[in-house]
Amino acid sequence: MFGTGILKGLGVTLRRAAGTFIDDFARVPSRYTDVIETAQGKLIRQPTDAKGLFTIQYPEEKRQMPENFRYIPMLLYEEDTGEDRCTACGICAKVCPPQCIWIVRDQDENGKPITRPAAFYIDASICMSCSFCAEYCPFDAIKMNHDYELATYDRYPGLILNKAELSVPTSYYAALYPSAWAEEERIRAEKEAKKAARGKKPEPAAPAAKPAAKPAAAQPEPKAAAKPAAPAAAPAAPAAPAAKAKAKGGHWSPIPADYSGEVIKSALPLPPVPAEGVSASGISWSRIMALREKQLASYRERRKAEGKEVKL
Amino acid sequence: MTDAVAEQSLPFANAVPGAVLAADAAGMVVDRKKLIEFALHLRNHAGFDYLSSLTAVDYLGFEGRTAADRFEVVYHLFDTKKGGDGVVLKVRLPENDPQAPSLVRVYPGADLQEREAYDLFGITFTGHPRLRRIFLWDGFHGHPMRKDWKEAYYEEEHKPFGSRWPVGNHKWAEDRVPWGDNVSFPKGWDPATFQPAPPPLPTIHEPPWADENHIATERIIINMGPQHPSTHGVFRMIVALDGETVVGLEPECGYLHRNHEKIGERNTWLGNIPFTDRLDYLSSMSNNLGYVLAVEQLMGDKGKPPERAEYLRVIMAEMTRIANHTWAIGFLLNDLGAFFTPALYNIEERELLLDLFEAAAGSRMMCNYMRFGGVVRDVDEDWLTRARDIIFNRLERKIDEFDTYLTGNEILMARCVGVGYLSAADAIALSACGPQLRGSGVAYDLRRARPYSIYDRFKFDVISDDGCDVYARYKVRLGEIRESIKILKQALDDLPGGPIFNGKPGYVTRVEKGEAYGAVEGPKGELGFYVVSDGSDNPWRYHVRAPSYINLNTLGPMSIGYKIADAIVALGGIDIVLGETDR
Repeated sequence: MFGTGILKGLGVTLRRAAGTFIDDFARVPSRYTDVIETAQGKLIRQPTDAKGLFTIQYPEEKRQMPENFRYIPMLLYEEDTGEDRCTACGICAKVCPPQCIWIVRDQDENGKPITRPAAFYIDASICMSCSFCAEYCPFDAIKMNHDYELATYDRYPGLILNKAELSVPTSYYAALYPSAWAEEERIRAEKEAKKAARGKKPEPAAPAAKPAAKPAAAQPEPKAAAKPAAPAAAPAAPAAPAAKAKAKGGHWSPIPADYSGEVIKSALPLPPVPAEGVSASGISWSRIMALREKQLASYRERRKAEGKEVKL
Repeated sequence: MTDAVAEQSLPFANAVPGAVLAADAAGMVVDRKKLIEFALHLRNHAGFDYLSSLTAVDYLGFEGRTAADRFEVVYHLFDTKKGGDGVVLKVRLPENDPQAPSLVRVYPGADLQEREAYDLFGITFTGHPRLRRIFLWDGFHGHPMRKDWKEAYYEEEHKPFGSRWPVGNHKWAEDRVPWGDNVSFPKGWDPATFQPAPPPLPTIHEPPWADENHIATERIIINMGPQHPSTHGVFRMIVALDGETVVGLEPECGYLHRNHEKIGERNTWLGNIPFTDRLDYLSSMSNNLGYVLAVEQLMGDKGKPPERAEYLRVIMAEMTRIANHTWAIGFLLNDLGAFFTPALYNIEERELLLDLFEAAAGSRMMCNYMRFGGVVRDVDEDWLTRARDIIFNRLERKIDEFDTYLTGNEILMARCVGVGYLSAADAIALSACGPQLRGSGVAYDLRRARPYSIYDRFKFDVISDDGCDVYARYKVRLGEIRESIKILKQALDDLPGGPIFNGKPGYVTRVEKGEAYGAVEGPKGELGFYVVSDGSDNPWRYHVRAPSYINLNTLGPMSIGYKIADAIVALGGIDIVLGETDR
């Protein structure tokens, strides 16, 4: 009574204020653990033993996304062949709880369905980021992107992502999900080894049911053999960032900083900006304007293809 | 429900002659004419003093059902003293006369739930003092939970919709179903001449000092909200004031209503899991757990998660409890006027726990982590290291800091001690749950009373406090954080290896025909899911017993007689989340 409780409480506040400064000095050069400098800003992770506040100054600083982070789905295509992994089987469209995936299955000239999507839409304004599509895709063709800055100026077409906007190369995925990629590659190599073993088997021994033990025993070798071959074929570049992310701290992978491949950016009309000078993000306005023109052009094209006039 | 329930309930079955028409493992079918008498007997002589869940089911077109027993009102009764399985009562109602006697006089907690069933099913509860719509507005046409009611932009009875594949060119729902084609208005309704109903007036409780010697004060009605009164969400309280004293209070909700349960019936079994995240969005892991536990009861051996998954579920659920309670305490202080400093101190710990959820489940708040028969992703050694670091080294220290910071604070005590009084008997009668109930000295915690998952393996105390006021609820929450830390330490130490999923994950869920009620002790109280399956890929009925909603029963009784500023504190003490209240 008599205010001792309040004084005690104020003592806690004071300690925290002091703790914030002490943390700053004790953790020179940065109060955060595992800081990764990238073009997009600092990627940081809050320490668990901080005494004071640990506010993150978004957007200059951003949190490191864990590998499992999920936002909006993306479609993978093989980097070396350019072929879509998607077979238009429709499982993602069926399992999607808000039903935001729309797939048109491709047909050949005779009208027979082909295992390839002719069109693929995800309505990002409806998507609830549950990742069921990625979870139940039998071909590892749809995965969750880490890019969470998707704000647009309109719902249509900004938030309806078509196949071109959704597609990313496998190397992008490999860079975002290093351990999942390694695991999937291992399983794929195993399967291929099994297939190869099975392909060879029929000629010496027809009853192929019995020697099931043999391929299992033979597994380690083809896996080891296939391992260096597979990454060499597909993602040569992202192997480096993946390794770096691993070294930095387990599954807390950064958004790949030196990744130079294709990244999803939806087409959107932007508000007017000055023609000269440098923006707050350090990119010159002329470059931003050029990007904007490009985006507007693609937007107009899409609207034109749909038979609608665009006045912007 | 097990067979034991049916056996156990047989002694009561004959207590009121002719009351029980049929009984099986899923419950007792009661004659509606004898319902009140039978419920009184169960309450007074059999110990079932707690009406947990009350809901209705529409069996239109269900196998074996006719128009004579189309509707069914389902009551779940429990014993707060002994715990254990409860009894399930069912009243079957014909299509042309959907009337059941109101249980408000026996279990006052039936109040809001009966209004919900009236609103969504059109079942009339005779004897209910103020049977009005609660989620939908008065001019709403029809009762949306009936099977023959179709929403605007209706596409198909069940997901997945055929339009998505293999010829799914994207179209807006709005384009597909133009406005007007699929919307029905009440007969004779004209927007030009429509006059909205006058606002509902709360029941006035005459204050004891209302005699001729009392200074004449004006009786005024104040609408608090719906613009975030005290930042809890879009919620409105109609308060009758005598001077500054609350003499009547009527909660009005439904501003966030999206008919979660109808969406749940359209969805597949699996598709409902991410939707449960959106109920109480502060504790999505617990919501997941409640739902999967309910459905797993109907899945037989397929629904038994392996050991590691059970531990992970408990770890996640308890972390959720800590995250939720830090939020609740912080925002209680906001309601008191201590704007955001205590809230920020508290949610710092939540921040670290949400990071863990993000690393394990992929999302901070919409976790979508549990599956039928396991969990979706395993945690790795790095995650466990960080979790141990937070649980063993940081959290306890931080909780002690809150304790020093807040518990003895004179301002907090002046605003909370003795405010929002709710006696133990009232708390039970009004179906209060969670810290609301335990803050009134009723040590009823489902983790003890009806242990689910693997809670029977852990050593922890059920925290209760017989202060019966907001301060007691605050202390219960603080105590529960400490108990959760205890459970987490044991679970992290004992976490076994092995698989995290029973069988091979698949997107089609085989659920047997039947019904189940699965409840967990969520951070806000008993979160129950009542599901009815007809053996298909979609639930026939999916009902959520939302603790925040049912705790609103207590808001009026807690606030009347106090000053208007105390009503806000009482609301803060309940810790409601409108995503769950309005569903």
